[in-house]
Amino acid sequence: MTENSHPEADSIEHAPGDDDTDHSGSILSYTVGLIFALLLTGASFIVSQTHLLWAPGVAAGLAVLGIAQMGVHLVFFLHISTGRDNTNNVVALTFGLLIVTLIMSGSLWIMANLNMNMVPPSAIMEMQR
Amino acid sequence: MGKLSWDAIPIHQPIPMAASLFVTFAVFGTLGLVTWKRWWPYLWREWLTSVDHKRIGVMYVLLALVLLLRGFIDAIMMRSQLAIAAGGAAGYLPPEHYDQIFSAHGTIMIFFMAMPFMIGLMNFVVPLQLGVRDVAFPVLNAISFWLTASGALLVNVSLVIGEFARTGWLAYPPLSELQFSPGVGVDYYLWALQISGIGTLLAGINMVTTILKLRAPGMSYMRMPVFCWTALASSMLIVAAFPILTATFGMLLLDRYVGMHFFTNGGGGNVMLYFNLIWAWGHPEVYILILPAFGIFSEVIATFSGKALFGYRSMVLATLAICVLSFMVWLHHFFTMGAGANVNAFFGIMSMIIAVPTGVKLFNWLFTLFRGRIRYEVPLLWAIGFMVTFVIGGVTGVLMAVPPADFVLHNSLFLVAHFHNVIIGGVLFGAMAGYNYWFPKAFGFTLDKRLGLISFWCWLIGFYLAFIPLYLVGLLGMTRRMQHYADLSWQPYMIVAEAGAVIILCGIVATIAQLVISIRTRERRRDRSGDPWNARTLEWSTASPPPGYNFAVLPQVKSLDAFWSMKQQGGIALPQRYDSIEIPKNSANGFVTAFFAVVTGFALIWHIWWMAILGLLCAALTLFAFGWIKRVEHEVSGAQLAEADRSRLRGST
Amino acid sequence: MNAPSTAADFAEPSIPLSARGPAPVRIVVAYGFWIFLLSDIIMFSALFASYAVLSGQTAGGPSGHDLFELRHVGIETLCLLFSSYTCGLGVLAVERRRMKGFYVAFALTFVLGATFLGLEVSEFARMIGQGAGPSRSAFLSAFFSLVGLHGVHVSIGLLWMCFMTGQITVRGPLDFVRRRLLCFSLFWHALDIIWVALLTMVYLMGAR
Repeated sequence: MTENSHPEADSIEHAPGDDDTDHSGSILSYTVGLIFALLLTGASFIVSQTHLLWAPGVAAGLAVLGIAQMGVHLVFFLHISTGRDNTNNVVALTFGLLIVTLIMSGSLWIMANLNMNMVPPSAIMEMQR
Repeated sequence: MGKLSWDAIPIHQPIPMAASLFVTFAVFGTLGLVTWKRWWPYLWREWLTSVDHKRIGVMYVLLALVLLLRGFIDAIMMRSQLAIAAGGAAGYLPPEHYDQIFSAHGTIMIFFMAMPFMIGLMNFVVPLQLGVRDVAFPVLNAISFWLTASGALLVNVSLVIGEFARTGWLAYPPLSELQFSPGVGVDYYLWALQISGIGTLLAGINMVTTILKLRAPGMSYMRMPVFCWTALASSMLIVAAFPILTATFGMLLLDRYVGMHFFTNGGGGNVMLYFNLIWAWGHPEVYILILPAFGIFSEVIATFSGKALFGYRSMVLATLAICVLSFMVWLHHFFTMGAGANVNAFFGIMSMIIAVPTGVKLFNWLFTLFRGRIRYEVPLLWAIGFMVTFVIGGVTGVLMAVPPADFVLHNSLFLVAHFHNVIIGGVLFGAMAGYNYWFPKAFGFTLDKRLGLISFWCWLIGFYLAFIPLYLVGLLGMTRRMQHYADLSWQPYMIVAEAGAVIILCGIVATIAQLVISIRTRERRRDRSGDPWNARTLEWSTASPPPGYNFAVLPQVKSLDAFWSMKQQGGIALPQRYDSIEIPKNSANGFVTAFFAVVTGFALIWHIWWMAILGLLCAALTLFAFGWIKRVEHEVSGAQLAEADRSRLRGST
Repeated sequence: MNAPSTAADFAEPSIPLSARGPAPVRIVVAYGFWIFLLSDIIMFSALFASYAVLSGQTAGGPSGHDLFELRHVGIETLCLLFSSYTCGLGVLAVERRRMKGFYVAFALTFVLGATFLGLEVSEFARMIGQGAGPSRSAFLSAFFSLVGLHGVHVSIGLLWMCFMTGQITVRGPLDFVRRRLLCFSLFWHALDIIWVALLTMVYLMGAR
């Protein structure tokens, strides 16, 4: 493994998941994150199980709350930020999210399109007679 | 022993039996020779447990060359069959066997020839070009190689014990489901690729981390060689795409082993979901293969024109554009399978757009050659052959990107000709260029030029003879994967194609001869300068072969083409100060893990459950054991480094 | 100016981060693991996509609405969320060399994680007992595989936790042990992120 030739540089770049060198702020960060996550999780359950949100909007509401929860994890537990020292981490995350979006939306679009054009299974059975 | 019995050996089939005997004798003969000559301690110490990226790179390339032979034998068997099986003739290969041959050919050439070749070259070259000592995770690197080798081993075991898949190289369901492929063939395919897929994914992670986090001081992103940029883009694609392959094969395995209904005909399964996911991997895969080749050509063309590469910035942008766009075109592999016009149109247009950055690269190469002081060494010939050949293959691809055209040409031999055109003209020519170019760096002597020229011309002429007829006969309506055909007017084309395959065979023989003879006469072409081509990038500043630690002191990089600038400024001065460094010791982790991977894979294929569980347990224990022991590195003192540098200077003057 | 050659030079702010030479080992290791996690998330997304496509294909069998018990899922969610919290506290404790705090935090993390797993296994057993096993329909195949893969990751995490606890006890908080602990915490937090997606897409959407 390459040698660590300049230990002072430790604090310049940010390892993903590493807290700042100032450790004291971190318990607060985790606790705030926990509280936010609990609130958002509770909200998701409420949105899903009650009529608080207009029914057609529930899916969107759940999606937004889910993304918010993931964001809370990333920021408060994984310490991903937009600082200059975090650029590599954010770029990697963005690329990953792009791919996930392409796979999910692409697959759903393609499969829905194929399904629309498909002969209904009952008609296929008819053809096999 | 699960489903395994003596019936698994193909005694009643002459051709597979002959092949099995040949392979068995070759393998045991080699093992016997190594034992008799007492080479095991040397091999174990210097190669099998090595974590040095240079050694691992060489082993990858060696694996690729051996599997090239196996894949090519499959190819020439197919060509011969098609040359004779016209009209009512049945040929010499029964359909069940022919199906296994074309499946094995594709699987081996993509996963165990092209991928290892590119990954091997990236492994060898990238740390040297970045001016650092090794990749980010050397032990992981060894594990990656050995897992790839395990997959290759399993595929070849299927020749002797059992059978291979008959489903083509992508194993589409429902044919690959248990109902229609109850034998072990598809299981061999799936487990071999799952195991080597893990190896490839780990290699991609390693390379991304190396390029982004380990570069010599002063080497900012825009001072990196173009090969490192293409290696980065290719590795990013590996990291993004291979998990999809793992998931998809996992689902097919669950269907086959546990009776789930992802892709089955009944129970609500959806066959097209497999197509969608496998090509979401499959398209980035071809860019994973071609991007390093593009990088190799950039290095080779710049070196042998005696000029800096034209348009560095646009090269970088084009590479990154290809990287992102490659995830937006995958439906063009199944235009004909029922999507509506708007979906087809979107992916058709994206497939045409992705040709643009490649065009940018091509013009940059042309402008690099223009007004350069061109030296027609073997690597440059491969590069020029590539530029012509790849353009032809590329435009046929853009043609098929038009959905109405694809409706006529899908799964015809036109398609087969297209992808061989770009893969051979692009990936294989790139691999050969890189092999000839970096061989002297790896081994300290150049390869014989005359045999290199013979090999190149045989490959070039052979390729055109073998594949242009396929374009024509594809337009006439001949489809792929046909074991025999009724239309006699197609036979002349098949015969010409067979002739082309024979000429390619001569090219392969010439490559082997080149290697053997070059080794025998190596003193004549010994390179003591470390820079036989008067090149531009940092790897050429080291000795040939470089010491294990690559650089005694990491170079200070002040510009692009760092080595060229150093030469322009009057040569490289010896460093003033040599600090001691630590080098990781060898590790048996890779080899042992791979051994248990093979055992587990074989056991799962044959449903020998106790062996599978045992194998998996041992693999896990290996992981824990190697993780537990103290990390071992050994120190090389500053004085030793200084002495090594000085003796190199003495030796080269 | 001259390229940096001593450690002091590297503190020089005018040299861009990308030109300071090889990064420190801790950063290299954590970044590599971060990339691995992203690849793992992409693997999950392929399964998520399959689930989304197949979620309606119940082949005449039970659907999510019939099978999911949200109270059960809610407890699982709380277990995993709190275990993520205690994991973070445990890593902090090691960095500050408060070893007793580390052992408490990781014991809690393990117990919460094991509880999650136990609840999930009992849910699977219940469903299989009701005849809604993974081979019943495509929807159930996708459900069991997606949620099951997450469960397998949690199991690996629990094993890893035991290994790390053992290693830190025997070796102490050496550099390489702390690096591995950092990687473990990345892994454990990522599992909770994936659970959020699972909860939202599979359970909350499916139970309606």
